[in-house]
This record gives sequence, C-alpha cells and structure tokens, in this order.
Amino acid sequence: MASLFEFLVAAFLVSAGIFGLVGSYGLIKLNDPMSRLHAPTKATTLGVGGVLLASMLNAAAFGKYFSVHELLITLFLFLTAPITANFIAKVHIHRQESRETMPPAGEDDHWATHDTPEDEEQRNASRPDAAQ
Amino acid sequence: MIETASYFAFGCFALAVLLNLWKVVAAPEVADRILALDTMFINAIALMVLYGMALGTGIYFEAAMIIAMLGFVSTVAYARFILRGNIIE
Repeated sequence: MASLFEFLVAAFLVSAGIFGLVGSYGLIKLNDPMSRLHAPTKATTLGVGGVLLASMLNAAAFGKYFSVHELLITLFLFLTAPITANFIAKVHIHRQESRETMPPAGEDDHWATHDTPEDEEQRNASRPDAAQ
Repeated sequence: MIETASYFAFGCFALAVLLNLWKVVAAPEVADRILALDTMFINAIALMVLYGMALGTGIYFEAAMIIAMLGFVSTVAYARFILRGNIIE
C-alpha cells in the first residue's frame, strides 16, 4: 500500500515538472503573442495542480498530518488564471492591435473593447427609442 | 523514489523560472513581460510547495498562498496601469 502511494506521488511530481517546463518553454518558443498567452496559463496551472496533489497525498500517506489546504491554492489559481489572461489579452489588444487588424466581429462592425463614446452617440442617434 | 521525483521536479521548475526570467528581460512587447512575470509567480508557488514537501513541514503553504495572492494582484495592477495609466480610479 505504501509503495502504491509512493508511486502515485512520484508520478504526480514528474508529470507536474514536465507540465511546468513545457508551459514556460512555450512562452519562449511560440511566435504569435496570443499563442504565447495560451501556453503558460494552461500548462503551468496544471503543473502547480500536480505539485499540490502530490504534496497532499504525501502528507496524508507518510506525514504526521492530513491537510486539504493545498486545495485552497489550486482553487485560487483556477479562479484567477482566466482573469489575468483576460487582462493581458486586453493589454495586447489595445497596444498592439487596432480596429482594422482585429478579426471580424460578426454582425457588429468592431469589437466592444474598441468602442468609443462617439460610437455610442452615433448608435443612439440612429435608434431614437434606445436613447431615453 | 519520491526523492528522485522531487529532484526532477525541482530541476524542471528551476529551469522554468530561468526561462521566464530571460523572457522578462528580452520580450518584444509589454504584454509578454507581464505574462512572463505572472508565470514566474506560478512557478515560484510550485517551488515553494515542493520545498515544504521536501522538508516535511506545513509552514510553506501560507507563504505559497500569499505569493499566489500577490501574484494575482500585481498582474492585474500592471495590466490596469498599462491600459488606463492608473490602478484605482
């Protein structure tokens, strides 16, 4: 039984190390800025999750205490990683892209983050019922 | 077995932090620098938890939690400052 836990902890640690390294290598290797955003936010979160799972299993099987507060860090990272990714993508969109270089926005003629007060006035002027 | 695996994980995350550091210094645009710093924070959390596990204490979880919170807040603050020129409006 102890050797099974040992094997599980070692497997989690090795896979976590590989995921973390792949995430950080992707940050350097990929060419497009938005692909670069994709590599660390996913792979590195998985890497940290693996380390935390290994630590929890290790403490439960071999340590003197059993704790689940590693799950708190995992939960916090899973909640905050999309928010930081969104903020970084917005920095890229506003500094490196313009309305013309963005991909098509469907039925609208531009994306909402590039909207200006003049655009809003124009829209309201063309639809008098929405202005009130 | 666990000792060897944790040495491997230490090596991987240390190399990952070095790669992030290089990206912070030599990034083409500012969004990449913020992203590299954020990834560095996450790798630092992993190193901290690994260190606590190697020593067999639970002290380093609080430190890892605080690093996680500081990492989130500082990344959002950098992005807000670049976007708006101000952090709290």
